[in-house]
Amino acid sequence: MRRYLARKILIYALTFVAAVSINWLIPRLMPGDPVRTMLGRGSAGDPETMQQMRDYYESVFGLDEPAWQQYINFWTSLFQGDLGISVWLFPRPVSEILLAAVPYTLALLLPSILLSWIAGNRFGAFAARSKWLDNTVLPLGYILTATPYMWLGILLAWGLGVVAGWFPTAGAYGFGTIPGWNWTFIWDLFLHWFLPFASLFLVAFGGWAIGMRNLIIYELEAEYSTYLEALGAPRKLVRRYAFRNAVLPQMTGLAVQLGTIVAGALLTEIVFGYPGLGNLILQALNNRDFFLLQGAFLFIVIGVLIANFIVDVIYVLVDPRTRTQMQGSAA
Amino acid sequence: MSDSAIEARSAQAETGLSGGAGSRRWGETLHFAVRNPKLLAGAAVVLGLLLLGLVGPMAVGDEPNAYVGPQSAPPSGEYWLGTTSFGQDVWAQFVHGVRATFLVGLVGGGMAALVGMVVGFTAGYRGGLVDEVLNMITNIVLVLPALVVLIIAAAYLEARGIWLQGFFIGLTSWPWVARAVRAQTLSLATRDFVDLARMSGRRSYKIIFREIAPNMSSYLFMTFILLFGGAILIAAGLDFIGLGPTEGVSLGLMMHSAVSWSALSGGLWWWFVPPGLGITAIVGSLYIMNVGLDEVFNPRLREL
Repeated sequence: MRRYLARKILIYALTFVAAVSINWLIPRLMPGDPVRTMLGRGSAGDPETMQQMRDYYESVFGLDEPAWQQYINFWTSLFQGDLGISVWLFPRPVSEILLAAVPYTLALLLPSILLSWIAGNRFGAFAARSKWLDNTVLPLGYILTATPYMWLGILLAWGLGVVAGWFPTAGAYGFGTIPGWNWTFIWDLFLHWFLPFASLFLVAFGGWAIGMRNLIIYELEAEYSTYLEALGAPRKLVRRYAFRNAVLPQMTGLAVQLGTIVAGALLTEIVFGYPGLGNLILQALNNRDFFLLQGAFLFIVIGVLIANFIVDVIYVLVDPRTRTQMQGSAA
Repeated sequence: MSDSAIEARSAQAETGLSGGAGSRRWGETLHFAVRNPKLLAGAAVVLGLLLLGLVGPMAVGDEPNAYVGPQSAPPSGEYWLGTTSFGQDVWAQFVHGVRATFLVGLVGGGMAALVGMVVGFTAGYRGGLVDEVLNMITNIVLVLPALVVLIIAAAYLEARGIWLQGFFIGLTSWPWVARAVRAQTLSLATRDFVDLARMSGRRSYKIIFREIAPNMSSYLFMTFILLFGGAILIAAGLDFIGLGPTEGVSLGLMMHSAVSWSALSGGLWWWFVPPGLGITAIVGSLYIMNVGLDEVFNPRLREL
């Protein structure tokens, strides 16, 4: 088990280094440099002032040093929690802008990932039970999981928001409401949160239900199930074993899918104008703010790595085979 | 934006549960294929839309973005899917978009399948240090969120085309294929017939392509279908945030412009419903087709 976790940690550390290095390259490889963008906005007339401003900005962004020094600086400032300064919202630090957006993204992500996984697995296992249910659930699940996140978001916003008028379709809370811990505000927050959450939940739910349904069928066809049945074990018991075995690949699936669910959340945020990381990425792209883009990328990668690690640890706790195998190979 | 059905598939492959059709004759496979309603229904929708993407653009002309009609007109006999708020014909955009969607799926899916197979076969057959290194790279790419990497790659490029987009999508979505192919190769590489081929002194790549690959051909084919669908969804996501092809039209770009020019509040449903429906129909049918194929190739599922 220790070896298993050690391997995983090594992978995560390497991924982190790779991500940070890609990240460092972004503003350096991109067409047109950020300093010129800033200068263009200042539009100072004479060349002398221009040069002074250029020097000033280059030192602010740390671009006046040799490349290897910049790379080392990047790492040191990273560990001090310094992600540089935004070009779009100059001179606010990137980390501050990101921290303001992260709670909104988490509020969408955590419930939709957990609830869709639990509900999808239950429902998928349930659907594998009868042919009739299977024939109705299966196509529906495939259609849901084939739906682009943002399109389902658009449909919900249009149907339940614009046409029915039940839910607001943009922002995290209304313009008229004053943020504070009172029920009016929390209700308002909830109303704005519901549609983006629902679109994320539904697409992911379809995927998990289908995955579970397929796995359960494979498990029920497996030899141990047939053997158990031949021994006269009640069907309920056989199904419980099948479920336990099928949940494990679904956990691996969860770890692998995290990246794509996060991506889906970013797109959904853009549809609903929800003030999370997805919207920041869009703003960063539109304003050519590569420092903000790079910060958001780093944040997402760190989040995905942490989540993956948690799934891996739970996996070891749930699956006894990983434990015995690893102990066996260590001995 | 590949989906968990894909992952479930690869998980099954890793535990060696996926059936192979290598030993059975093609006639028998065909016999079950033409009797499988899921496969037939899925294939019918996909082929129908493919035909639309091939023929449609010829019928509506080369300028899907031209300003041809009245602004914001609902669907009518003249403009089948209505017009945008600029007076562009939505139907013309749609058929061109369907063509672009198939192209990006083909390029992206093909690229991912190619890289995944090369990495998977090499890692599984060579073993040892090669395997360790390739495994490490696979795991790293697997954990990086593909869309975020693609956003950055796409943001660099001033001029973007469908081919390039497909190429980049392929470069980020191969890892789970590599893992599954590696697992199957590992189990096949120790079989007697492979040992025999090795002893007869044949070159490694010949053994892989003549002895190992044919035994998982059905799995590889199904994998390609899933990659195809996955690439389409990723491309739609990129297009939607405005990082799509800089020239021409795609289904994702249609949604992008519909949302940016407030088609929602304006009630122009004919602008944003067809492109999403098109994507969902293509990808959903591909997935259902895949279930059908699974039943055709895997006799244990057939009696269900």
